[in-house]
Amino acid sequence: MSAGFRRRQRINTFMFFLTGVFTFIALSTLFFILGYIAYHGISSLSWDFVTKLPKPVGETGGGIANAIVGSLKIVGLASLIGIPVGVLGAVYLAEFGGNRIGFLIRYAADVINGVPSIVIGIFAYALVVLPMKQFSALSGGVALSIIMIPLVIRTTEEFLRLVPGSIREAALALGLPQWKVILRVVLPTAARGILTGAILSVSRIAGETAPLLFTAFGNRYWDDGLLHPIAALPLTIFTYAISPYDDWHKQAWAAALILILIVLIGNILARLLMKQPSPQSH
Amino acid sequence: MKKIISSPAAPLPVPLRMRRLRERAGDRLFRLFVMGFGGSVIVLAGAIFWQLIKTSHLAWQKFGLPFIWTSVWDPVNDVYGALPFIYGTVVSSAIALAIAVPLGLGSALFLAEMAPKRLSSALTFLIELLAAIPSVILGLMGIFILVPAVKAAEPFLIKTLGFLPFFRGTPYGVGMLTAGLILSIMILPYITTISRDVILSVPRSLKEGALALGATHWETVRLVILPFSRSAIFGAIFLALGRALGETMAVTMVIGNTPKISLSLLDPAYTMSAVLANEFAEATSDLHVHSLISIALILFCMTIVVNGLARLLIYQVNLKGAKQ
Repeated sequence: MSAGFRRRQRINTFMFFLTGVFTFIALSTLFFILGYIAYHGISSLSWDFVTKLPKPVGETGGGIANAIVGSLKIVGLASLIGIPVGVLGAVYLAEFGGNRIGFLIRYAADVINGVPSIVIGIFAYALVVLPMKQFSALSGGVALSIIMIPLVIRTTEEFLRLVPGSIREAALALGLPQWKVILRVVLPTAARGILTGAILSVSRIAGETAPLLFTAFGNRYWDDGLLHPIAALPLTIFTYAISPYDDWHKQAWAAALILILIVLIGNILARLLMKQPSPQSH
Repeated sequence: MKKIISSPAAPLPVPLRMRRLRERAGDRLFRLFVMGFGGSVIVLAGAIFWQLIKTSHLAWQKFGLPFIWTSVWDPVNDVYGALPFIYGTVVSSAIALAIAVPLGLGSALFLAEMAPKRLSSALTFLIELLAAIPSVILGLMGIFILVPAVKAAEPFLIKTLGFLPFFRGTPYGVGMLTAGLILSIMILPYITTISRDVILSVPRSLKEGALALGATHWETVRLVILPFSRSAIFGAIFLALGRALGETMAVTMVIGNTPKISLSLLDPAYTMSAVLANEFAEATSDLHVHSLISIALILFCMTIVVNGLARLLIYQVNLKGAKQ
């Protein structure tokens, strides 16, 4: 073997070794983050923490029950708006969207998807908070739904396109009108994919903080209804993290653990849903 | 019966014709209905843009275009300029890219070319999980781990690299470098997963051709795979850049929030999104609010341009791949 060839082989081995090291660095970042949060979060996690209200500033102890319920409310509201709008918009794109309007909708969805979430927060502030003169759960839900719509549209469209044309044609040939074909045949066939997209987008918006800063705003007490400032998990983490109190720092880690568990479960669930062979495939 | 089927021109019996008309009306109605939902996205995008323009005009009237390159930010005297924030956003994103591009591209090559398929898909899922970690949690990690770590490393940086203007000053821990580091973690998954997909879509025949000519695997990567997927990889990088420009929480928590332009990466700085997060809820004067929204408008335009470029680059390669 010539020296040149051996040198080339050495470069080959070295470069691929390097790419392996890079992958290892990327993955260990993930495991370090997860491990660190689990380690610090568990020590402050307790039954009281998830069922009690925050104590007044300066006292130690207390929980974040209001933030958990607040997050559920805001994310629930956002899903109520975002998922139907996204899915129906995607039906238009997948079934009728080969035209100019379809192109414009896709373009607009991409634009909104790229808009920094803090800018969407400002938009929701101007749209809901200013006219109502009140920070509210409603405005937080609206802000998150705007982030959610393009995510749902793009995933749902993809899954609707995967439904084979032959199934559509078979239903049409049986004399069903197109709208019934879409509602009764196409959507159910793609249901699992749509559900996956919905779960992913929910776990994505559950961690959004920036758009809630001037919409949901945060609150240290219970709030019933949708029209008052409301606590949310990510907001609580932010406020506690930048506070000067040690006890609040500990609570921030515990809250981060809860939030990251929600996000992880959502992502893993979505992956499992996609992995199972669908009943239509045989 | 047979006749009706064979010649479409023949009139249908009346009840059947009525039914067909009704169904066609139903189809048209349904189409309009879903078009309304799809169209709402166009309205929404337009409304965001319009809202930003409408609520920022005071600042543009008062300061004009020089607002963009003025570096004074003084809420007490009601004088505003966006330059420190634009500078902070651009430099912190550049640091993030400088770290995340080699790491991401390397990982993508490993996942696409080296790892066995099953392992590769599992590892890719893990890297996607990194993208799913909420930014506020990375900010929390930043405050309690990265800031102390950077603070500990800074005296060393000043001593060894202090001859460069980028590594001078006092070791605070918070600052441009820390923000860039945390941003690099956030954008790494985007670069990795998109580049992996792009590399996987390089036609097999091209790779095999190079290998058959005696190229080593790495030479195939360097001479065939990377040139072929170059523009889509640039697309992935631009997409990641778009994310980095708008990233708010984690950066706000570690950058130090000081509206000053300093060459040194160790000094505290400020970004466009961070100033919005910190000052928007508390801004009292109309001009302050309008100046902040002007910054939001500039940020909005920057991300649109960057994302548009990204999509163009990725789209082009998809076409190229389809042609092969």
